[in-house]
Amino acid sequence: MSTTPPGPAGVGASSMLLARVLPMPLPSARRASLLVERNLLVYRRGWLLILSGFFEPLFYLLSIGIGIGALVGTVVTDSGAALDYTVFVAPALMASSAMNGAVYDSTFNIFFKLKYAKLYDAVLATPLSASDVAAGETSWALMRGALYSTTFLAVMLALGLVQSWWAILAVPACFLIGFAFAAVGLAATSFMKSWQNFEFVQLAVLPMFLFSTTFYPLSVYPDALRLLVQCTPLYHGIELVRALVTGLVDVSILGHVLYLAVMGSIGLIVGSKRLATLLLK
Amino acid sequence: MSVRSASVENMTEPSSLTVDERRAAGEADEAALLADGPRADELVWARGLSKKFGEFTAVDGIDISVRRGEAFGFLGPNGAGKSSTMRMIGAVSPATDGRLRILGRDPGTDGPAIRARLGVVPQTDNLDQELTVRENLLIYGRYFGIPRAQIRARADELLDFVQLTDRADDLVEPLSGGMKRRLTIARSLINEPELLLLDEPTTGLDPQARHALWDRLFRLKQRGVTLVLTTHYMDEAEQLCDRLVVMDKGRIAAEGAPAELIGTYSTREVLELRFATGENESHADGLADLAERIEVLPDRLLLYTDDGDGAATAVVERGLRPASVLVRRSSLEDVFLRLTGRSLVE
Ligand SMILES: Nc1ncnc2c1ncn2[C@@H]1O[C@H](COP(=O)(O)OP(=O)(O)OP(=O)(O)O)[C@@H](O)[C@H]1O
Ligand SMILES: [Mg+2]
Repeated sequence: MSTTPPGPAGVGASSMLLARVLPMPLPSARRASLLVERNLLVYRRGWLLILSGFFEPLFYLLSIGIGIGALVGTVVTDSGAALDYTVFVAPALMASSAMNGAVYDSTFNIFFKLKYAKLYDAVLATPLSASDVAAGETSWALMRGALYSTTFLAVMLALGLVQSWWAILAVPACFLIGFAFAAVGLAATSFMKSWQNFEFVQLAVLPMFLFSTTFYPLSVYPDALRLLVQCTPLYHGIELVRALVTGLVDVSILGHVLYLAVMGSIGLIVGSKRLATLLLK
Repeated sequence: MSVRSASVENMTEPSSLTVDERRAAGEADEAALLADGPRADELVWARGLSKKFGEFTAVDGIDISVRRGEAFGFLGPNGAGKSSTMRMIGAVSPATDGRLRILGRDPGTDGPAIRARLGVVPQTDNLDQELTVRENLLIYGRYFGIPRAQIRARADELLDFVQLTDRADDLVEPLSGGMKRRLTIARSLINEPELLLLDEPTTGLDPQARHALWDRLFRLKQRGVTLVLTTHYMDEAEQLCDRLVVMDKGRIAAEGAPAELIGTYSTREVLELRFATGENESHADGLADLAERIEVLPDRLLLYTDDGDGAATAVVERGLRPASVLVRRSSLEDVFLRLTGRSLVE
């Protein structure tokens, strides 16, 4: 790969090993960033479109967090802390906005570019490879999710819902959530045959949003359901962000980080391979 | 060849020995023959190249060599396997079988490095519909890692060349088909490629734009750019190609310079006779002795002869009155008809 102009920006020993395990070239950060550049060029004209995704969690915060919060008062988290209901819900909405932004972009938008716009057919005729495309589009989608959640964090700050300096780390946490969902979204999209298949995306995202300890703690569920919820990715995203924003940090957040990182990596590998299969016939 | 002595040949041009001669001379064993590869000036080199889609064989064991600075053409009917071959050469489609070297490299392992030096005009335009005309060139140049300032200058020049300067800031979507084609061609040149792959470059262009493109391609060639193109158009192949292959059903039916192919596979002239509908076939037998060969097409007879006017006179002397009589020079179309039994352009 080092002879490849314009080459990747230095590949570490561990990724060299990875390159041998995977029968495809590793993405180069520089080449992948060109897809982000392309998307910025497109959205320069339509940046209002992007902003629309920011309002959804805000409306939830106002109606459920503040409205229902007035009735509920406080809630006791699974780690035993008593939180104001709004403080409890806000980080969950922040994590969900990272998921929503990433999923929206990595499913609908990528499907359009893949099947209709034939964008990647053109891109792959240049030095970019399928894994560069997968990495680039995943980066863009996760940036979109992270943009929503970061803006949302600013609103939370203004409303006095942030309780700790740890909250700064909630921003990279949302990048990680975006990464996990964007990569898996891309991989899932590569298997989609028609727009009807996107019903499945809704079917996965909506229940996750409603049931992953977004609006109430895990203790509400019977044991079996608890386990099921703990298997879902958004649960880990929400718990991670909630721990950071409220400052109730313990070692369990490492488990959440690991879960999301592994999920994203698998998604990226599968997505890269699928793109190569679909496009390099 | 056989009368020349091997020793003389060895002294003058050892590399021009054919495989058979080398075998006969016992100079090379099987392994050495298999180990051969492209010479330094062969930018495209394929041996036994095949492409299968499932059970279907689209490209069936072809050999090609394209030298630096050459304009090389693939001529063939729909489904011949031209685009499949072009995509393999473009390092975006893995070969099923055989060996392929592009710019001396293996597309299986050096895809990005190869593609960095290629310009590609695919058969169907795949412009970025969400961007403007100019942005299409700018971002495409970026994919090649070219600095922005440099791309901007090149983009202006290319837009001027394809006469799209006044549409530079319009979105691609509302452009006419021919304009999109011209933009695709401009885009393929943004990285100043050494090897330009053009899959039916002028399909959809008006005559003026076609001639302008031929002119530009000719100038690129003079600057040393190697051209590989596919076409359905005889005039395009004759104008542009130094050498071409006639492809049919995934195989190469013939190879050579346009004039060479015409000389080998056709006569100097062709007499075209058009009789009343349905009568063409019935006249064929009676005229067989006037030509080296007769082709019966649904709407006319083609008499292959070196003296078209003489044959035409003879037809009239036999009391036949065709609706139209035309004597013309042989073209690649005739070569194709001879080789495949089918017309190239339906
Ligand atoms: N991705 C694919 N999957 C299955 N079959 C394919 C695929 N691409 C091409 N083929 C088949 O391979 C054959 C050769 O196609 P190809 O596009 O190479 O022909 P062509 O010479 O370019 O024809 P045309 O002049 O119409 O462009 C055709 O029968 C086509 O149906
Ligand atoms: Mg074709």
